[in-house]
Amino acid sequence: MNGDAAGAERAPLPASILSQGRNLIVSIHAALDDEQLTRLQRDLLERVGRERAGGILIDVAALDVLDSFAARTLSDLAYMARLRGARTVVVGIAPDVAMALVRLSVHLPLTQTALDLEEGLEWLAS
Amino acid sequence: MTEQPSTATDTMTEEETADVDVDGAVLLPELVAHLRANRTELRQQWAERITQAHLLSSMTANEVFTEATSVYDNYVGVLETGSVEALQHYARDLSERIIPRGVETHEVVGIVLLLRDVLARSLFEKYHRDFDLLNRVLDAYEPAANRIANTVAVSFVEQRERVIREQQDALLELSTPVLQVRERLLILPIIGVLDTARAQQLTEQLLHAIRAHRAKLVVIDITGVPNVDEAVANSLVDTVTASRLMGADVIITGLSSEIAQTLVTIGVDLSKMHTVGDLQGGIEEAERQLGFQVSKVPDER
Repeated sequence: MNGDAAGAERAPLPASILSQGRNLIVSIHAALDDEQLTRLQRDLLERVGRERAGGILIDVAALDVLDSFAARTLSDLAYMARLRGARTVVVGIAPDVAMALVRLSVHLPLTQTALDLEEGLEWLAS
Repeated sequence: MTEQPSTATDTMTEEETADVDVDGAVLLPELVAHLRANRTELRQQWAERITQAHLLSSMTANEVFTEATSVYDNYVGVLETGSVEALQHYARDLSERIIPRGVETHEVVGIVLLLRDVLARSLFEKYHRDFDLLNRVLDAYEPAANRIANTVAVSFVEQRERVIREQQDALLELSTPVLQVRERLLILPIIGVLDTARAQQLTEQLLHAIRAHRAKLVVIDITGVPNVDEAVANSLVDTVTASRLMGADVIITGLSSEIAQTLVTIGVDLSKMHTVGDLQGGIEEAERQLGFQVSKVPDER
Protein backbone atom coordinates (compact mmCIF):
# COMPACT_ATOMS: atom_id res chain seq x y z
CA MET A 1 0.00 0.00 0.00
CA ASN A 2 3.03 2.18 -0.15
CA GLY A 3 5.57 3.47 -2.65
CA ASP A 4 7.58 0.44 -3.63
CA ALA A 5 11.07 1.67 -4.47
CA ALA A 6 13.43 -0.99 -5.74
CA GLY A 7 16.58 0.80 -4.66
CA ALA A 8 16.28 1.54 -0.95
CA GLU A 9 18.87 4.29 -1.12
CA ARG A 10 16.83 6.25 -3.67
CA ALA A 11 13.98 8.55 -2.89
CA PRO A 12 10.56 6.94 -3.01
CA LEU A 13 8.64 7.39 -6.23
CA PRO A 14 5.85 9.96 -6.24
CA ALA A 15 3.58 7.09 -7.17
CA SER A 16 1.88 4.35 -5.25
CA ILE A 17 1.29 0.78 -6.34
CA LEU A 18 -1.62 -0.93 -4.63
CA SER A 19 -2.77 -4.43 -5.19
CA GLN A 20 -6.46 -5.05 -5.35
CA GLY A 21 -7.50 -8.61 -6.06
CA ARG A 22 -5.58 -9.67 -9.14
CA ASN A 23 -4.98 -6.10 -10.23
CA LEU A 24 -2.23 -3.63 -9.53
CA ILE A 25 -3.41 -0.08 -9.23
CA VAL A 26 -0.78 2.56 -9.87
CA SER A 27 -1.52 6.08 -8.92
CA ILE A 28 0.96 8.71 -10.10
CA HIS A 29 0.90 11.78 -7.87
CA ALA A 30 3.37 14.08 -9.57
CA ALA A 31 5.38 14.32 -12.75
CA LEU A 32 8.06 11.63 -12.93
CA ASP A 33 11.45 12.16 -14.47
CA ASP A 34 12.89 9.69 -16.94
CA GLU A 35 14.79 7.72 -14.32
CA GLN A 36 11.74 7.45 -12.08
CA LEU A 37 9.62 6.32 -14.99
CA THR A 38 12.08 3.56 -15.82
CA ARG A 39 12.14 2.55 -12.19
CA LEU A 40 8.35 2.45 -12.04
CA GLN A 41 8.29 0.31 -15.17
CA ARG A 42 10.77 -2.16 -13.66
CA ASP A 43 9.05 -2.30 -10.27
CA LEU A 44 5.70 -2.94 -11.87
CA LEU A 45 6.93 -5.70 -14.13
CA GLU A 46 8.60 -7.34 -11.21
CA ARG A 47 5.45 -7.21 -9.11
CA VAL A 48 3.33 -8.54 -11.96
CA GLY A 49 5.43 -11.71 -11.82
CA ARG A 50 5.66 -11.90 -8.04
CA GLU A 51 1.99 -11.27 -7.30
CA ARG A 52 0.69 -13.03 -10.42
CA ALA A 53 -1.29 -9.91 -11.30
CA GLY A 54 -3.76 -10.13 -14.19
CA GLY A 55 -4.22 -6.45 -14.74
CA ILE A 56 -2.48 -3.11 -14.29
CA LEU A 57 -4.32 0.15 -13.99
CA ILE A 58 -2.30 3.34 -14.21
CA ASP A 59 -4.02 6.51 -13.09
CA VAL A 60 -2.44 9.66 -14.55
CA ALA A 61 -5.23 12.07 -13.58
CA ALA A 62 -2.84 14.12 -11.44
CA LEU A 63 -0.55 14.84 -14.37
CA ASP A 64 -0.99 17.93 -16.47
CA VAL A 65 1.87 16.98 -18.77
CA LEU A 66 2.68 13.67 -20.39
CA ASP A 67 5.79 13.90 -22.54
CA SER A 68 6.79 11.58 -25.33
CA PHE A 69 9.17 9.60 -23.14
CA ALA A 70 6.47 9.01 -20.55
CA ALA A 71 4.01 7.98 -23.25
CA ARG A 72 6.60 5.60 -24.75
CA THR A 73 7.38 4.11 -21.34
CA LEU A 74 3.70 3.55 -20.59
CA SER A 75 3.00 1.87 -23.89
CA ASP A 76 6.18 -0.25 -23.61
CA LEU A 77 5.09 -1.21 -20.14
CA ALA A 78 1.70 -2.27 -21.46
CA TYR A 79 3.38 -4.47 -24.03
CA MET A 80 5.87 -5.99 -21.58
CA ALA A 81 3.12 -6.65 -19.04
CA ARG A 82 1.10 -8.31 -21.78
CA LEU A 83 4.05 -10.66 -22.35
CA ARG A 84 3.97 -11.52 -18.65
CA GLY A 85 0.25 -12.10 -18.73
CA ALA A 86 -1.22 -8.84 -17.47
CA ARG A 87 -3.46 -6.38 -19.28
CA THR A 88 -2.81 -2.67 -18.83
CA VAL A 89 -5.17 0.26 -18.90
CA VAL A 90 -4.22 3.92 -18.55
CA VAL A 91 -6.94 6.09 -17.02
CA GLY A 92 -7.54 9.73 -16.23
CA ILE A 93 -5.84 11.44 -19.16
CA ALA A 94 -6.99 15.06 -18.90
CA PRO A 95 -8.48 16.82 -21.96
CA ASP A 96 -5.48 19.13 -22.29
CA VAL A 97 -3.06 16.25 -22.01
CA ALA A 98 -4.97 14.33 -24.68
CA MET A 99 -4.89 17.38 -26.97
CA ALA A 100 -1.18 17.83 -26.42
CA LEU A 101 -0.40 14.18 -27.10
CA VAL A 102 -2.34 14.29 -30.34
CA ARG A 103 -0.82 17.58 -31.40
CA LEU A 104 2.68 16.25 -30.82
CA SER A 105 1.74 13.03 -32.65
CA VAL A 106 2.60 10.99 -29.57
CA HIS A 107 0.59 7.82 -29.71
CA LEU A 108 -0.07 5.18 -27.14
CA PRO A 109 -0.21 2.14 -29.39
CA LEU A 110 -1.38 -1.11 -27.84
CA THR A 111 -2.44 0.80 -24.76
CA GLN A 112 -6.00 0.66 -23.60
CA THR A 113 -7.26 3.94 -22.19
CA ALA A 114 -10.32 4.67 -20.10
CA LEU A 115 -11.95 7.72 -18.60
CA ASP A 116 -11.33 7.09 -14.91
CA LEU A 117 -10.61 4.48 -12.26
CA GLU A 118 -14.11 3.08 -12.33
CA GLU A 119 -14.10 2.62 -16.09
CA GLY A 120 -10.64 1.15 -16.01
CA LEU A 121 -11.56 -1.42 -13.37
CA GLU A 122 -14.64 -2.33 -15.36
CA TRP A 123 -12.48 -2.97 -18.41
CA LEU A 124 -10.02 -5.05 -16.40
CA ALA A 125 -12.91 -7.11 -15.04
CA SER A 126 -14.35 -7.75 -18.47
CA MET B 1 -3.10 63.28 -60.71
CA THR B 2 -3.02 65.22 -63.98
CA GLU B 3 -2.29 68.86 -64.34
CA GLN B 4 -5.23 70.67 -65.75
CA PRO B 5 -4.81 74.39 -65.55
CA SER B 6 -7.92 76.25 -66.53
CA THR B 7 -8.85 79.82 -67.10
CA ALA B 8 -9.66 80.76 -63.56
CA THR B 9 -7.57 83.53 -62.04
CA ASP B 10 -7.04 84.66 -58.52
CA THR B 11 -5.80 87.87 -57.05
CA MET B 12 -4.13 86.12 -54.12
CA THR B 13 -1.39 84.88 -56.39
CA GLU B 14 0.44 88.20 -56.61
CA GLU B 15 0.50 88.73 -52.87
CA GLU B 16 1.74 85.22 -52.13
CA THR B 17 4.67 85.39 -54.53
CA ALA B 18 6.08 88.24 -52.55
CA ASP B 19 6.64 86.06 -49.55
CA VAL B 20 9.17 83.52 -50.86
CA ASP B 21 9.85 81.71 -47.62
CA VAL B 22 6.28 81.06 -46.88
CA ASP B 23 5.82 77.47 -45.63
CA GLY B 24 3.07 75.05 -44.75
CA ALA B 25 2.20 76.82 -41.56
CA VAL B 26 1.23 79.88 -43.52
CA LEU B 27 0.01 78.18 -46.66
CA LEU B 28 -2.29 75.63 -45.05
CA PRO B 29 -4.61 78.20 -43.41
CA GLU B 30 -4.89 79.91 -46.73
CA LEU B 31 -5.64 76.62 -48.38
CA VAL B 32 -8.30 75.92 -45.78
CA ALA B 33 -9.86 79.30 -46.41
CA HIS B 34 -9.93 78.55 -50.11
CA LEU B 35 -11.58 75.17 -49.59
CA ARG B 36 -14.12 76.70 -47.22
CA ALA B 37 -14.99 79.45 -49.66
CA ASN B 38 -15.55 76.99 -52.50
CA ARG B 39 -17.21 74.36 -50.35
CA THR B 40 -20.49 74.11 -52.23
CA GLU B 41 -18.97 73.92 -55.66
CA LEU B 42 -16.17 71.51 -54.83
CA ARG B 43 -18.46 69.27 -52.85
CA GLN B 44 -20.85 69.13 -55.78
CA GLN B 45 -18.01 68.33 -58.16
CA TRP B 46 -16.84 65.56 -55.91
CA ALA B 47 -20.27 63.99 -55.57
CA GLU B 48 -20.60 64.05 -59.35
CA ARG B 49 -17.23 62.38 -59.81
CA ILE B 50 -18.25 59.68 -57.33
CA THR B 51 -21.40 58.95 -59.32
CA GLN B 52 -19.48 58.97 -62.61
CA ALA B 53 -16.97 56.47 -61.26
CA HIS B 54 -19.84 54.21 -60.12
CA LEU B 55 -18.56 54.23 -56.57
CA LEU B 56 -20.86 53.76 -53.58
CA SER B 57 -23.45 52.34 -55.96
CA SER B 58 -25.27 50.73 -53.07
CA MET B 59 -26.15 54.16 -51.67
CA THR B 60 -28.66 56.69 -52.96
CA ALA B 61 -27.48 59.96 -54.50
CA ASN B 62 -28.84 61.80 -51.48
CA GLU B 63 -26.92 59.66 -49.04
CA VAL B 64 -23.75 60.02 -51.07
CA PHE B 65 -24.13 63.79 -50.98
CA THR B 66 -24.72 63.85 -47.21
CA GLU B 67 -21.73 61.65 -46.48
CA ALA B 68 -19.66 63.59 -49.00
CA THR B 69 -20.45 66.78 -47.11
CA SER B 70 -19.35 65.31 -43.80
CA VAL B 71 -16.20 63.84 -45.28
CA TYR B 72 -15.44 67.15 -46.96
CA ASP B 73 -15.82 69.13 -43.73
CA ASN B 74 -13.75 66.60 -41.82
CA TYR B 75 -11.14 66.70 -44.54
CA VAL B 76 -10.84 70.46 -44.35
CA GLY B 77 -10.82 70.16 -40.56
CA VAL B 78 -7.79 67.88 -40.68
CA LEU B 79 -5.97 70.28 -43.01
CA GLU B 80 -6.68 73.08 -40.58
CA THR B 81 -5.85 71.41 -37.26
CA GLY B 82 -3.36 68.81 -38.46
CA SER B 83 -5.02 66.31 -36.15
CA VAL B 84 -6.62 63.23 -37.67
CA GLU B 85 -8.36 62.19 -34.47
CA ALA B 86 -11.79 63.59 -35.30
CA LEU B 87 -11.56 62.19 -38.81
CA GLN B 88 -10.53 58.82 -37.48
CA HIS B 89 -13.56 58.80 -35.26
CA TYR B 90 -15.81 59.85 -38.10
CA ALA B 91 -14.31 57.29 -40.50
CA ARG B 92 -14.88 54.50 -38.01
CA ASP B 93 -18.43 55.65 -37.56
CA LEU B 94 -18.96 55.90 -41.30
CA SER B 95 -17.49 52.43 -41.83
CA GLU B 96 -19.83 50.99 -39.27
CA ARG B 97 -22.76 52.47 -41.16
CA ILE B 98 -21.71 51.48 -44.67
CA ILE B 99 -20.11 48.07 -44.14
CA PRO B 100 -23.48 46.33 -43.70
CA ARG B 101 -24.57 47.97 -46.97
CA GLY B 102 -21.87 46.09 -48.82
CA VAL B 103 -19.51 48.97 -49.51
CA GLU B 104 -16.11 47.66 -50.54
CA THR B 105 -12.66 48.81 -49.51
CA HIS B 106 -11.78 49.97 -53.02
CA GLU B 107 -14.83 52.26 -53.04
CA VAL B 108 -13.85 53.97 -49.82
CA VAL B 109 -10.26 54.41 -50.97
CA GLY B 110 -11.60 55.50 -54.33
CA ILE B 111 -13.79 58.31 -53.00
CA VAL B 112 -11.04 59.70 -50.78
CA LEU B 113 -8.61 59.71 -53.68
CA LEU B 114 -11.25 61.42 -55.81
CA LEU B 115 -11.66 64.16 -53.23
CA ARG B 116 -7.90 64.54 -53.12
CA ASP B 117 -7.96 64.89 -56.89
CA VAL B 118 -10.83 67.35 -56.96
CA LEU B 119 -9.17 69.58 -54.37
CA ALA B 120 -5.79 69.38 -56.07
CA ARG B 121 -7.34 70.43 -59.36
CA SER B 122 -8.94 73.41 -57.74
CA LEU B 123 -5.52 74.33 -56.36
CA PHE B 124 -3.98 74.05 -59.82
CA GLU B 125 -6.71 76.28 -61.08
CA LYS B 126 -6.11 78.83 -58.37
CA TYR B 127 -2.33 78.93 -58.51
CA HIS B 128 -1.56 77.96 -62.09
CA ARG B 129 -0.18 81.41 -62.82
CA ASP B 130 2.63 81.03 -60.34
CA PHE B 131 4.33 77.71 -60.74
CA ASP B 132 6.67 78.18 -57.81
CA LEU B 133 3.89 78.99 -55.40
CA LEU B 134 1.81 76.11 -56.73
CA ASN B 135 4.69 73.79 -55.93
CA ARG B 136 4.90 75.05 -52.38
CA VAL B 137 1.16 74.84 -51.92
CA LEU B 138 1.25 71.26 -53.12
CA ASP B 139 4.18 70.55 -50.80
CA ALA B 140 1.97 71.59 -47.92
CA TYR B 141 -1.15 69.93 -49.25
CA GLU B 142 0.13 66.54 -50.40
CA PRO B 143 1.43 65.12 -47.10
CA ALA B 144 -1.73 66.15 -45.29
CA ALA B 145 -3.90 64.68 -48.04
CA ASN B 146 -1.95 61.44 -48.01
CA ARG B 147 -2.34 61.19 -44.30
CA ILE B 148 -6.07 61.67 -44.62
CA ALA B 149 -6.42 59.03 -47.33
CA ASN B 150 -4.37 56.69 -45.19
CA THR B 151 -6.44 57.35 -42.09
CA VAL B 152 -9.76 56.76 -43.79
CA ALA B 153 -8.63 53.60 -45.54
CA VAL B 154 -7.04 52.15 -42.41
CA SER B 155 -10.08 52.99 -40.28
CA PHE B 156 -12.34 51.29 -42.78
CA VAL B 157 -10.22 48.16 -43.02
CA GLU B 158 -9.82 47.97 -39.24
CA GLN B 159 -13.53 48.29 -38.77
CA ARG B 160 -14.15 45.59 -41.34
CA GLU B 161 -11.66 43.26 -39.72
CA ARG B 162 -13.29 43.85 -36.37
CA VAL B 163 -16.68 42.93 -37.81
CA ILE B 164 -15.21 39.81 -39.42
CA ARG B 165 -13.51 38.79 -36.19
CA GLU B 166 -16.70 39.24 -34.22
CA GLN B 167 -18.62 37.15 -36.70
CA GLN B 168 -15.98 34.44 -36.61
CA ASP B 169 -16.09 34.31 -32.84
CA ALA B 170 -19.85 34.16 -32.83
CA LEU B 171 -19.76 31.38 -35.38
CA LEU B 172 -17.21 29.41 -33.40
CA GLU B 173 -19.30 29.53 -30.29
CA LEU B 174 -22.59 28.80 -31.94
CA SER B 175 -21.64 26.04 -34.24
CA THR B 176 -20.35 23.25 -32.06
CA PRO B 177 -22.93 21.94 -29.65
CA VAL B 178 -22.05 18.70 -27.89
CA LEU B 179 -25.28 16.97 -26.97
CA GLN B 180 -26.03 13.98 -24.85
CA VAL B 181 -28.70 11.77 -26.44
CA ARG B 182 -28.42 8.70 -24.22
CA GLU B 183 -26.60 8.01 -21.03
CA ARG B 184 -22.89 8.04 -21.94
CA LEU B 185 -23.60 8.76 -25.60
CA LEU B 186 -22.84 12.17 -27.10
CA ILE B 187 -23.52 13.53 -30.53
CA LEU B 188 -21.56 16.31 -32.16
CA PRO B 189 -23.13 17.64 -35.35
CA ILE B 190 -20.61 19.74 -37.25
CA ILE B 191 -22.07 22.34 -39.56
CA GLY B 192 -20.08 24.64 -41.80
CA VAL B 193 -16.49 24.90 -42.91
CA LEU B 194 -14.07 23.07 -40.66
CA ASP B 195 -10.64 24.66 -40.49
CA THR B 196 -7.74 23.84 -38.23
CA ALA B 197 -8.62 26.44 -35.60
CA ARG B 198 -12.22 25.32 -35.42
CA ALA B 199 -11.25 21.65 -35.37
CA GLN B 200 -8.99 22.34 -32.43
CA GLN B 201 -11.62 24.27 -30.51
CA LEU B 202 -14.16 21.58 -31.27
CA THR B 203 -11.87 18.81 -30.06
CA GLU B 204 -11.23 20.68 -26.84
CA GLN B 205 -14.94 21.16 -26.26
CA LEU B 206 -15.63 17.51 -27.02
CA LEU B 207 -12.94 16.25 -24.63
CA HIS B 208 -14.30 18.33 -21.79
CA ALA B 209 -17.81 17.10 -22.55
CA ILE B 210 -16.57 13.51 -22.55
CA ARG B 211 -15.29 14.01 -19.06
CA ALA B 212 -18.34 15.91 -17.84
CA HIS B 213 -20.84 13.36 -19.20
CA ARG B 214 -18.57 10.37 -18.66
CA ALA B 215 -19.20 9.48 -22.27
CA LYS B 216 -18.20 6.13 -23.73
CA LEU B 217 -19.26 6.82 -27.27
CA VAL B 218 -19.41 9.90 -29.45
CA VAL B 219 -21.16 10.19 -32.79
CA ILE B 220 -19.69 12.97 -34.93
CA ASP B 221 -21.94 13.90 -37.82
CA ILE B 222 -20.30 15.76 -40.69
CA THR B 223 -23.30 15.97 -43.03
CA GLY B 224 -23.11 19.76 -42.73
CA VAL B 225 -19.44 20.05 -43.63
CA PRO B 226 -19.29 21.24 -47.24
CA ASN B 227 -15.92 19.82 -48.14
CA VAL B 228 -13.43 17.57 -46.52
CA ASP B 229 -9.83 17.90 -47.58
CA GLU B 230 -6.69 16.34 -46.24
CA ALA B 231 -6.32 18.85 -43.39
CA VAL B 232 -9.91 18.38 -42.24
CA ALA B 233 -9.63 14.59 -42.47
CA ASN B 234 -6.44 14.66 -40.44
CA SER B 235 -7.95 16.87 -37.78
CA LEU B 236 -10.87 14.44 -37.55
CA VAL B 237 -8.39 11.63 -37.03
CA ASP B 238 -6.79 13.71 -34.27
CA THR B 239 -10.17 14.27 -32.64
CA VAL B 240 -10.82 10.53 -32.68
CA THR B 241 -7.38 9.74 -31.27
CA ALA B 242 -7.73 12.28 -28.47
CA SER B 243 -11.20 10.97 -27.59
CA ARG B 244 -9.84 7.43 -27.41
CA LEU B 245 -7.19 8.60 -24.96
CA MET B 246 -10.06 9.77 -22.80
CA GLY B 247 -11.67 6.38 -23.10
CA ALA B 248 -14.42 7.27 -25.58
CA ASP B 249 -14.88 5.69 -28.99
CA VAL B 250 -15.98 7.79 -31.92
CA ILE B 251 -18.33 6.96 -34.76
CA ILE B 252 -18.24 9.31 -37.75
CA THR B 253 -21.39 9.67 -39.78
CA GLY B 254 -22.61 11.63 -42.77
CA LEU B 255 -19.74 11.15 -45.20
CA SER B 256 -21.34 11.93 -48.53
CA SER B 257 -20.45 9.96 -51.64
CA GLU B 258 -18.49 12.96 -52.96
CA ILE B 259 -16.49 13.22 -49.77
CA ALA B 260 -15.83 9.48 -49.76
CA GLN B 261 -14.55 9.73 -53.31
CA THR B 262 -12.37 12.73 -52.50
CA LEU B 263 -10.85 11.03 -49.49
CA VAL B 264 -9.95 7.94 -51.50
CA THR B 265 -8.58 10.07 -54.33
CA ILE B 266 -6.33 12.15 -52.10
CA GLY B 267 -5.32 9.02 -50.23
CA VAL B 268 -6.34 9.87 -46.67
CA ASP B 269 -6.38 6.78 -44.51
CA LEU B 270 -9.55 6.64 -42.44
CA SER B 271 -9.47 2.90 -41.99
CA LYS B 272 -8.87 3.27 -38.28
CA MET B 273 -12.04 5.29 -37.92
CA HIS B 274 -15.40 3.81 -37.37
CA THR B 275 -17.77 5.26 -39.94
CA VAL B 276 -21.47 4.73 -40.46
CA GLY B 277 -23.59 6.09 -43.31
CA ASP B 278 -25.90 8.53 -41.60
CA LEU B 279 -26.63 9.96 -38.17
CA GLN B 280 -29.51 7.56 -37.55
CA GLY B 281 -27.31 4.59 -38.36
CA GLY B 282 -24.58 5.99 -36.13
CA ILE B 283 -26.87 6.41 -33.16
CA GLU B 284 -28.33 2.94 -33.66
CA GLU B 285 -24.85 1.44 -33.82
CA ALA B 286 -23.84 3.35 -30.69
CA GLU B 287 -26.93 2.19 -28.83
CA ARG B 288 -26.14 -1.38 -29.75
CA GLN B 289 -22.62 -1.03 -28.43
CA LEU B 290 -23.82 0.55 -25.21
CA GLY B 291 -26.44 -2.17 -24.75
CA PHE B 292 -29.53 -0.06 -25.33
CA GLN B 293 -32.45 -1.63 -27.05
CA VAL B 294 -34.96 0.68 -28.60
CA SER B 295 -38.29 -0.82 -29.49
CA LYS B 296 -41.53 0.60 -30.70
CA VAL B 297 -44.48 0.62 -28.31
CA PRO B 298 -47.06 -1.80 -29.75
CA ASP B 299 -50.23 -0.14 -30.99
CA GLU B 300 -52.94 -0.60 -28.35
CA ARG B 301 -55.89 -0.20 -30.67
